[in-house]
Amino acid sequence: MEFLLAIVAGVLYATGLYLMLRRRLAQLIIGLSLLSNGSNILILSAAGVTRSRPPLITEGVPLESFADPVPQSLILTAIVIGFGVLAFSLVLAHRVQQSAGSDDIDAIGPDSARVSSDKPDRA
Amino acid sequence: MLLALPILLPLLTAIVLHLLPQRSRLLRVVAFAGALGGLGAAGSIFVTVQRNGIQVLQVGSWPAPFGITLVADLFSALMIVMVSLIGVAVTGSSFAGVDPRREALGYHPLIQVVLMGVAGAFLTGDIFNLYVWFEVMLIGSFVLMSLHRTRAQLHAAFTYVGLNLLASAFLLTAIGLLYGQAGTLNLADLARAWPERRTPGLDAALSMLFLTAFGIKAGLFPLFFWLPASYHTPPAAVGALLAGLLTKVGVYSMIRVFTLLFPDPNASVYSVLLVLSAVTMVVGLIGALGQRDFRRVLSFNLVGHIGFTTVGLALWTPAALSGSILYVLHHMLVISTLFLVSGVFLRQRRTTDLRALGGMYRTQPAMAFLALIPLFSLAGVPPLSGFVAKVAVIAPMLETGQYLLAAVALCVSLLTVLSMARLWEEAIWKPAPVPSSAAVPQPRLVVPLVAPIVFLVGLTIAFTAWAGPVSSVTRRAAEQLLDRNAYVRAVLGEEVPRAAR
Repeated sequence: MEFLLAIVAGVLYATGLYLMLRRRLAQLIIGLSLLSNGSNILILSAAGVTRSRPPLITEGVPLESFADPVPQSLILTAIVIGFGVLAFSLVLAHRVQQSAGSDDIDAIGPDSARVSSDKPDRA
Repeated sequence: MLLALPILLPLLTAIVLHLLPQRSRLLRVVAFAGALGGLGAAGSIFVTVQRNGIQVLQVGSWPAPFGITLVADLFSALMIVMVSLIGVAVTGSSFAGVDPRREALGYHPLIQVVLMGVAGAFLTGDIFNLYVWFEVMLIGSFVLMSLHRTRAQLHAAFTYVGLNLLASAFLLTAIGLLYGQAGTLNLADLARAWPERRTPGLDAALSMLFLTAFGIKAGLFPLFFWLPASYHTPPAAVGALLAGLLTKVGVYSMIRVFTLLFPDPNASVYSVLLVLSAVTMVVGLIGALGQRDFRRVLSFNLVGHIGFTTVGLALWTPAALSGSILYVLHHMLVISTLFLVSGVFLRQRRTTDLRALGGMYRTQPAMAFLALIPLFSLAGVPPLSGFVAKVAVIAPMLETGQYLLAAVALCVSLLTVLSMARLWEEAIWKPAPVPSSAAVPQPRLVVPLVAPIVFLVGLTIAFTAWAGPVSSVTRRAAEQLLDRNAYVRAVLGEEVPRAAR
């Protein structure tokens, strides 16, 4: 199971990073969300996956290995934060698209806006 | 309880600001009062830490490795004091007038949110909590940056958002891998447990992941491109807040996490950091020479000087770390002051383009003199604070035999002098360009615009005058950082190695 999850996380990272290198804002945002999903799966699998053993400890019953609740709560927090950030960047991209009429990085750059005659810094 | 105040006060202020009737005078007074309260809390934390050593607060009384811990050692306390000072200056400068649309969209509460996030990052003793504070601070700064929507500002905001989110993803990845290995997130518990469980390969990978994540936030070469692309677009007060605080949070986290988790000074990550710091200095300052806008020159200077603040960690001696801390403190003050000075230009000339500036020395000699002090302090002209900080950074390089590094740092200092002299000459000294300014009546300088600059310049002078006491405090802070056991003892209250339990 860990093996499978590791591959899934790797694929998500690779796709996310590839999409972030593209020129369109929509692709950049999809890339970011794939990346954050990838890191969530990585947290889950790095901490070890335990199948069907909830961390509920009954008195008197001898302890066996059970699922670690901490990574799950970390992932929950990360999902919530990621959701907020995703919503914000979608709105921002929408605004950019409205004001520039395109979501291509080159069309909205300082080049086309003519704010200064300096060479634009591409990031 | 005291330790929670720098986080709770801005939160409360932000909530109150949202609930109050949206009359700008009232909002400004409340925001300023909140910042003053923060200063009081920070001051008492500093005094307590100074007197009684490392302070710890277990949030909700959960015992240490299980709950979230707030920790203030001298380094944290110094940074908290700096944050609150800059908070006071920035909220004070809003009395000079904020764009009404921005104000209606929540300018004041957002400033408080950024202050809260920064304070949280400086105080937390839990690495996942550090990530959460990073996000709080980033969301606040994202919105502050994109509040007013011209096309150039949106582009800058998007660059900023994209790269910072990438850094957050790297940080989360590193934290996940760390938890998988060590099984704990409390920094003190990690410092105790992690060295026994580490595997060399993963150790290197993790340290590089942390270096990348914090390097993007701090603006290290080659990860700094978002910074000069975005910091010149928001209003001057926001620029002062972000430039003064956000990159320093990256530097702080780097120093905190690396001193606790990667205590082997011979690890390859420190050689990488050493080279990157040197290249950052050179690239930042050469970049600054090519710019023709006051705030862009400042942004590149900001990048270049980050190299001075991270180099102490790479050298790993108490003196070098103390130099880095001193440099961080000096740089926070001075760069915020200069961004506020750019606000004066924006107000009077509506631009910070160096070609359109000039003539200030003739028309407003007092203001010109006021701007001279931070400019020359950043350049490192004796006896100002920049000189003290540069000596504190460069002397340990010579002591540890890094002569090449010292040579690079000295050359970069020369470039800084050149860059600052150019700002002085172009923006202030030279006669005003013919068609503009002289004919047009300039808006008068209002007190709230100048008062924060006077306040920060006064602090720079105080920093210079009391350089001895300040550097002895940073020296103690550096020794505390290198004494990991003291940190572990303060947080966990015992010194039993984990294996023995």
